[in-house]
Amino acid sequence: MTRFARYHRNWALAAGIAALALGIPGGPASADEAAAAKVDFARDIGPIFVEHCYECHGPDAQESGLRLDQRDAALAGGDSGALFVAGKSGESELIRRITVEGDERMPPVGDNNKPLSAEQVATLKAWVDAGGAWPAAAASGTSHWSFQPIARPEAPAVQNAAWPRSPLDRFVLARLEAQGIAPSPEADRYTLIKRLTYDLLGLPPEPRDVDAFVNDASPDAYERLVDRLLDSPHFGERWGRHWLDMARYADSDGYEKDNSRPDAWRYRDWVIEAVNNDLPLDRFTIEQLAGDLLPGANASNRLATAFHRQTLTNTEGGTDQEQWRVEAIFDRVATTGSVWLGLTVGCAQCHTHKYDPISHHEFYQLFAFFNNGDEVETEVPLVGEPLAEWRRDKEEAAQQLTKLEPKLAQARQELAAKVPTWEAELKAKAATPLAFHPVELLQIASKAGAQFKMLSDGSYLAAGENSDTDEVTITAKTDLPEVTGFRIEALAHDSLGGRGPGRTGHGNFVLGELRVAASDSSEFADQHRVKLAHATAAVHQNGFPPENAIDGKENTGWAIGPKFGQDHAIALLAEKPIRGDATPNLQLVLSQNYGGQHTLGRFRVMAVSGHDPLIGVPQNVRDVLVVAADQRTPEQTQALVDFVISQDKPTAELAAKVEKLQARATARGVMKARVVAERSDNRRTTHVLHRGDFLQPKDEVRPSTLAALPPIAARGETPDRLDLANWLVDPDHPLVPRVTVNHLWSNLFGQGIVKTAGDFGVRGERPTHPELLDWLASELIARGWSRKEMIRAIVSSATYRQSSATRPELVDVDPTNRLLSRQNRYRVEGEIVRDLSLAVSGLLSPKLGGPSVFPPLPAGIAELSYANNFKWKTSEGEDRFRRGMYTYFKRTAPHPSLTTFDCPDSNTTCLERQVSNTPLQALTTLNNEVYAEAAQALARRLILEGGSTDAERLTQGLRWCIARPPTSEELAPFAELLSSGRQWFAQHPHEAKTAVGAHPPEGVAPDEAAAWVATGRILLNLDEFLTRE
Amino acid sequence: MAMKHDLAKLAGQTRREFFTSAACGLGGAALAAALADDASASSRIDAPIDPLLPKAPHFAPRAKSCIFIFMAGAPSQLDLFDPKPKLNELHGQKLPESLTKNVRFAFLQKDTATVLGSKRVFTRHGQCGMELSDLLPHIGTVADDVLLVRSMHSDQFNHHPGQLLMQCGRATFGLPTMGSWLTYGLGSESRNLPGYIVLTAGRGSSGGATLWQSGFLPSVHAGVMFRNAGEPVLNLQTPAGLSTELQRKGLDVLAQVNRQRFEQMHDPEIASRIASYELAFRMQSAAPELIDLSTETQATKDMYGIDRKEPDVTASRSGGPGQFRSFASNCLLARRMVERGVRFVNIIHASWDHHSNLDVELPFNAEMADQPVAALIKDLKQRGLLDETLVVWGSEFGRTPLGENRNGGPVSGRDHHPFAFSVFMAGGGIRGGQVYGETDEIGWAPVKDPVHVNDLQATLLHLFGVDHLKLTHRFQGRDFRLTDVGGKVVDAWLA
Repeated sequence: MTRFARYHRNWALAAGIAALALGIPGGPASADEAAAAKVDFARDIGPIFVEHCYECHGPDAQESGLRLDQRDAALAGGDSGALFVAGKSGESELIRRITVEGDERMPPVGDNNKPLSAEQVATLKAWVDAGGAWPAAAASGTSHWSFQPIARPEAPAVQNAAWPRSPLDRFVLARLEAQGIAPSPEADRYTLIKRLTYDLLGLPPEPRDVDAFVNDASPDAYERLVDRLLDSPHFGERWGRHWLDMARYADSDGYEKDNSRPDAWRYRDWVIEAVNNDLPLDRFTIEQLAGDLLPGANASNRLATAFHRQTLTNTEGGTDQEQWRVEAIFDRVATTGSVWLGLTVGCAQCHTHKYDPISHHEFYQLFAFFNNGDEVETEVPLVGEPLAEWRRDKEEAAQQLTKLEPKLAQARQELAAKVPTWEAELKAKAATPLAFHPVELLQIASKAGAQFKMLSDGSYLAAGENSDTDEVTITAKTDLPEVTGFRIEALAHDSLGGRGPGRTGHGNFVLGELRVAASDSSEFADQHRVKLAHATAAVHQNGFPPENAIDGKENTGWAIGPKFGQDHAIALLAEKPIRGDATPNLQLVLSQNYGGQHTLGRFRVMAVSGHDPLIGVPQNVRDVLVVAADQRTPEQTQALVDFVISQDKPTAELAAKVEKLQARATARGVMKARVVAERSDNRRTTHVLHRGDFLQPKDEVRPSTLAALPPIAARGETPDRLDLANWLVDPDHPLVPRVTVNHLWSNLFGQGIVKTAGDFGVRGERPTHPELLDWLASELIARGWSRKEMIRAIVSSATYRQSSATRPELVDVDPTNRLLSRQNRYRVEGEIVRDLSLAVSGLLSPKLGGPSVFPPLPAGIAELSYANNFKWKTSEGEDRFRRGMYTYFKRTAPHPSLTTFDCPDSNTTCLERQVSNTPLQALTTLNNEVYAEAAQALARRLILEGGSTDAERLTQGLRWCIARPPTSEELAPFAELLSSGRQWFAQHPHEAKTAVGAHPPEGVAPDEAAAWVATGRILLNLDEFLTRE
Repeated sequence: MAMKHDLAKLAGQTRREFFTSAACGLGGAALAAALADDASASSRIDAPIDPLLPKAPHFAPRAKSCIFIFMAGAPSQLDLFDPKPKLNELHGQKLPESLTKNVRFAFLQKDTATVLGSKRVFTRHGQCGMELSDLLPHIGTVADDVLLVRSMHSDQFNHHPGQLLMQCGRATFGLPTMGSWLTYGLGSESRNLPGYIVLTAGRGSSGGATLWQSGFLPSVHAGVMFRNAGEPVLNLQTPAGLSTELQRKGLDVLAQVNRQRFEQMHDPEIASRIASYELAFRMQSAAPELIDLSTETQATKDMYGIDRKEPDVTASRSGGPGQFRSFASNCLLARRMVERGVRFVNIIHASWDHHSNLDVELPFNAEMADQPVAALIKDLKQRGLLDETLVVWGSEFGRTPLGENRNGGPVSGRDHHPFAFSVFMAGGGIRGGQVYGETDEIGWAPVKDPVHVNDLQATLLHLFGVDHLKLTHRFQGRDFRLTDVGGKVVDAWLA
């Protein structure tokens, strides 16, 4: 919807139906619009047939011999004779059958049949009475205006030859003169520089630039201003953001999990750079749709394809990935259709388009272009701050390495010398091999109340209470001089479900933790704890390895599924041996808290003596150990040395550190970016999907475009995405140049020449100035698809330079200014609202591009994300005050300061933003932290830089915000507010300090500074400040 | 908070009183006219339509407000609303392949899945004898006011798409939600509060803020999130150190200067902006007053169970401690909002996604919700508000009769089930004391009176006097409506 016409749109409840039937999607019809509203077959009649008649008289069924989807067949009539008598609705069968009472009435009454409304009947009558014109081409839709070739129209003659500055003005003026309306006067220079700076940069003009422009008497003052603005790097931000709306750019995946896309910004930088470099729009198109397919594609070409990686990714658990891959391609087709063709192509996903010439089949021909574009990551060079950071980091790492590498080398050398000693120790340990011994069991207790019976082999069999979880405590005695560990045997038994060893019914168990204590008495306290260092088991279940039983975590453990009904064992070795002679009393706690009765059904506890010298020694080292020292190869010797070094903690840590530094020192200055790349192997075939359901593939289709548009040329046998992109930007394409200039126009006037920017089809609005649109389209081609040149052409026109004051005398004739008898006036976008406040307060960071930033976010917003899994880490320093377009965009929890001001949700392409006007916006700019801080900084700036008197400072403040010098009537209320503020804060010194906040002006009393804060914040809320005039 | 009374007083006494009165009752049109009266006669212009002005429905409405309690994540209908003794008989058995052959599940492994019985006991309640689970004793006491629908079905089996379908009528992004459609069609009755308010509790839903978006409708129709403690609306508090007097004074200056601009530019948007700032100022006192429960009697608070002791159970999915108080407060706040003319209140609680540990977590959530929701219905009734307030308990889908067996671990929960689930409603022109629809003996699919999500939405609009086929908005060449391409009003639900 256009920016400012929305309140005039029909509220469907109130008055919409008559307007809909006439195909006027909005607005009190002006005389001019009413004239254009005479019945048109394609717009008014065809859709009625599609919606109400095709089911029985269409492609699939021709009841009573009548077929309405083909012109000739329809005009031939059916069993009841001719369809109508031209000019005579009273004698026409068509009209009789839709008005007669009783069984003959069409459409017949039924569940799925929608009756015609009175307005539709009237429209059909009017059509027949007017002669029943049915253009031959209408059936294929090609008679529709936007499908006609673009001719370059001659600019019409005008009476007021002095007014036009460009041919484009003559199209506008001729139309105005035809209505007897004079254009508005040119806006004053203050307004012009403010308008241009808002439109081209999204920033307020600096007062010195305002003065220079206002006082510049040279004839090309305006043109030089435009040149300067087009050359500003902030132009790329402003117009790049317009493009990002269409690209549905965001920093996260979307859908439930909504994972972060930390590299998304790299594409945003690409867009800003392309706009600043004025990459021609044809090339801009080609690189984004098919950069990967360009011959010799470079990193930048590949990066550009991230345009179609802005689609959502659904990683919610239990999704069918193919479903969401297809869904993403639907979005690519629909977005390409909206952005370039200006057609609602997505409507043909489930069925043939009801109004425009896009068949269900053709939708999948377009789908086929994208079906082999895979979602991949590519390497692109770092840029900007991350590049600088990479350089700094690389250098720093290299520097540290110069110190640490020699140190490590020395440590290694020293350790290498110790290898023979280590080997000798191993051999000594091997002298006492592992042995298992029964322990003398004293007591067993179940926390959950299970009973245990001791079997003859010393094992316990559980019975009785079988609860979800349990903790079994065993006390025992040992007479071994040295216990090096324990072995828990989990044993099968016929009495257990699935023969055990567990009690789940199928036989599994989970040993969550084994805790051991050794004491010289029957007391077991913390100091008696025995640390277990190694766990081994011959069998373990996936995800339940033996070491889980000694990791200190209750929710992990050792289990044996699916090997139920068999005996198993886990051996757990202590870090230091237990001295059985000193501490003969043992306590073992078998913690089994997994739940669902995953507890041991039969088990036996054994004490372990002796050593396994090879525990923790990897296989490659063991292989070396069996080779005699003098027989070893240098590699084998090195393996031993490496292992010994790895066992020395300080050296291992040093080595790890060096390894990390080496990685940093040799890192390449690249990053990953999500892009689209054509697959060459296992190429997918594309099928029509019945009703858009990916589970119902029908006929196979090949890539191609719409029959109603010029044919596509293929470089090879089958056209691919690059051919599609080339086809779109062919100068002879009837839609793309028109759609493109309409976008540019819309961003400079607040509404397009075609008001429905995304719908140039039958149901869309017709251009208000069709010849102007075609002239601009041909101009786009003539100017080499240059965005900057087109903007220059438009903003230089007399039409653009008009005043935006509403003309009360024209309100009835042209309430929404479709005739362009003035400029338009509208609130700036959400990002710009914030940018303006930060700019005039001096806080705004001019930094261009780079990763997204995290300005302050109100509490409770990030928590809206799924399962509170998203943390917003507020940026510090300059990054708190970057332009709004760099704010991290989380799809399921977007920053409210953006959404409150109608920033798009970025889930689907956005061709035109809404402009609403709500109390939440007022609350934001009055009270939000960012704006409060801007008010504080503005106050400081006013006091320090604004002059020496109240009047000077207030004047300066207003000039920063609204560019023009204020009137005395405007100054007076602010002066009053300032004095109220002074009075109040003089009595409230504590509040004054608080109000001044983080930006106190030096040497100024808090009550004085606070009065300026209270005044400055109102400046930031002025309608004129927030509005592009 | 001592300031709030001053605020109200100031708002009433300002010499710009006409702004406040015009902007509330008569809307922007009157304001613009007032401005024009003051200015030269030639500046009289067509005023913009205040999009939230109350509008006439298509036919006589039964409901004026709706409180939609959205239990995101999908509560198990088999353990709350739809008793299936057969499940216990079949517990541990596989289902015939014919039933599961063409079905996709989120997590469930079809080859090995078996029926999961229910540990719940169902008893009859009220004169109507409605069968409800032992987890809902309080809801049982209002059974005669409740319409229980056991035959709901959806097309979506993943959360976010399912939640979009329930809130927007279709599992697509960029569409308006139910509350948006209602304020778009009917405007707002509230002078000082938004027409569409969202209250959340729990751990963050799958859909996040997309569940109260306005889609292609202007953002004035988006749900406004209120918090039930602290600052109720974002940016409501005047910045620290500034007083209400200065806020008022500042707004007077702002209006005065904006008005001077209006006299030059004649742009009706300036008048709208002045009105928006005045409404914002009124919200600054009205919203804190709204969430201030100190004026409620202890008896009322006890009825809702605000101060109940929360059990110690670690129900990880419900979002941590404090859920009982938070949810109960939301229910009481919803009543206060409806009293003040708010059109649509959406209470969102996540999550009921009990893939495992159902028998621990469902009782926790149910206990949290049972008493406050029943109290809300009773309270509305005793205040004479139930007749015009529709209360809905709903979710995006239901849960499977099969136990969830992913990872081969123990079965202790149920998977997503779009084919059959339950919702209930009360008030707002609903005929209570009835159970509508039936599912088969294991609760797999409706066998009588199936109700699609779009049918529920069509009926909801009908209760507001709105024909769901006529409340449309043209976007990208198509007339969109809440019910997408479906929707049938269920006449049997109407009182």
